[in-house]
Amino acid sequence: MNNNRRKFLKLAGLAAIGVSAGKYIDIIAKDTAHTTSPADSISTKQFTSVNVDAKNRWAMVIDLNKCLVEEGCTKCISACHKTHNVPDIGNLKDEVKWIWKENYENAFLDQENYYMKKALKDKKVPIFCNHCDNPPCVRVCPTQATWKREDGIVMMDWHRCIGCRYCIAACPYGSRSFNYIDPRPYIKEITPDFPTRTKGVVEKCTFCDERLAEGLEPACVEACTAKAMIFGNLNDPESNVRELLKENYSIRRKPGLGTNPEIFYLV
Amino acid sequence: MLEYALKGSKKYWVWIFFLSAIILIGVYFYSRQFGYGLGITGLSRDVSWGFYIAQLTFLVGVAASGVMVVLPYYLHNYKAFGKLTILGEFLAIASIVMCMLFVCVDLGQPLRIINIILYPTPNSILFWDTVVLSGYLLLNVIISHTVLEAERKSLPPPKWIKPIIIISIPWAISIHTVTAFLYSGLAARPFWMTAVLAPRFLASAFSSGPALLLIMVFIIKKITKFDPGKEAIKELGLIITYAMCANVFFILMEFFTAFYSSIPEHIRHFQYLYFGLDGHNTLVPWMWSSAILAIVSLVLLLIPKYRKNEKILVWICAAIFISIWIDKGLGMVVTGFIPTPIGKVVDYSPTAPELFISLAIWAIGFFIITVFYKITLSLRRELVT
Repeated sequence: MNNNRRKFLKLAGLAAIGVSAGKYIDIIAKDTAHTTSPADSISTKQFTSVNVDAKNRWAMVIDLNKCLVEEGCTKCISACHKTHNVPDIGNLKDEVKWIWKENYENAFLDQENYYMKKALKDKKVPIFCNHCDNPPCVRVCPTQATWKREDGIVMMDWHRCIGCRYCIAACPYGSRSFNYIDPRPYIKEITPDFPTRTKGVVEKCTFCDERLAEGLEPACVEACTAKAMIFGNLNDPESNVRELLKENYSIRRKPGLGTNPEIFYLV
Repeated sequence: MLEYALKGSKKYWVWIFFLSAIILIGVYFYSRQFGYGLGITGLSRDVSWGFYIAQLTFLVGVAASGVMVVLPYYLHNYKAFGKLTILGEFLAIASIVMCMLFVCVDLGQPLRIINIILYPTPNSILFWDTVVLSGYLLLNVIISHTVLEAERKSLPPPKWIKPIIIISIPWAISIHTVTAFLYSGLAARPFWMTAVLAPRFLASAFSSGPALLLIMVFIIKKITKFDPGKEAIKELGLIITYAMCANVFFILMEFFTAFYSSIPEHIRHFQYLYFGLDGHNTLVPWMWSSAILAIVSLVLLLIPKYRKNEKILVWICAAIFISIWIDKGLGMVVTGFIPTPIGKVVDYSPTAPELFISLAIWAIGFFIITVFYKITLSLRRELVT
């Protein structure tokens, strides 16, 4: 065996060990990402897919004091549903929705108080996928058609989903919709940049992954004129979301289930 | 051996054509569901599993219950079940086929079902359910075919089949345990998230399955010369009694935990089932019927005089079968979704197409049982003469 070839094999072997070790570091880094600052964590960029930076942990803070100052505002809903070709089927049974408004007592089922601030009690709260850090929907999916990205976004593959609806049963927030019928006839005006779905698959909010890839904020955030929705990176201690969470009291939906939702509400 | 299924009395053919007609009606409605989508069913965004998945759950139990005749015969050498084991195995095969069909008709994209195998996902219980159900089907096909083939040749079954039969016993337990895990591991659904779910499933399976087997034995006893023997029927009655005691016991434990702890998220599901919630009470009459049938049949079973009377036992079996079918095939699955995780009460009832499709799958099951039992009984009659 000539010397060069032996050297090459040695290097290749080392590289293989390096890659697998890197994967472990990746896992460890992910586990601790919430407590350590991103500067401390080892760069895992080389192991992640295109456009996804594992250093980031996307989250949203919703300031309920600012939200719905304007009576019956649905700007975030319209913007989201238009951007993502969400159909308006018009009956509760076959309904598809990514973001919607729910009574405070329904959104926070286990955090209701009898004599709480009236303004809050009567509040309609915008709810959508929580992009849980420990998502039960991902755990149960039999085909990995829903999965958690390195930056925390819970994604959906509409071409792989078999429509078993196990994820709907597993989601503690009712965030997922199923296409009981062909949605296309119910889309008023199709946005050509975004795919439409077929009947028989599950869908939900994807935190506007397609907009994030272009460096844009989610459509709902952009549409909110009251600036009640704040999107940012939890892993960056200087970020707007971290600042808000540091300064204000925030709640999350069903925190006791251990899903670790990444949507925070300021009350 | 299939030739035995092609020769039969007029009654046999009328039954076969009756089942085929029901199957064809179901095929028609399924073609409509396939074209239009699951919107044709009563399922909704909030109640996303219903009649189909409930039938699956119930029938996994019937499939697993074959073990109640297999275990005494092969592990304890209990000879009285000699004529019944193969009937139990055929019942298991038919039930597993029905289970698989119910999964298929429930899928939004049935043509993509192969994705479960293309992207195996061990953290999904549905993946394991597919594995254990297919495995159980394969085991029972091998066992029943080998044993029946040996019977035809008037030879004892080959030695290698014994370990396979032994494996099939814990495997039967596993199919219903894994099916319970589909539900009991979901934090989102407090009604299902109970550790007693798997034991409860097994108990209800081991009473409803043998009850169905006994009903069928009584029917074929009436129309053919087949007789499993008085002792076998008596013992099966005793097995049903024990399992039914355990089943009722487990249900009462669920009640205690929910009502004594008084946690709203737990208690509200039980309120919906038995008393109605916020004016919604679709399931209330069903659940009380189920409860009354369960209690009456259990009392009758516990009195030896009635249990040993075959004429009464057949009605007890029917009552148990209906009671547990209501409990598992109607109430259990749907109530996990009602109220919803955001506290809303949304009703569900199956639509006509949904019921016809389900009926057709049951007819396919009975078709398989009829053909297999016909083969077995014709073969045995021929061996005698």
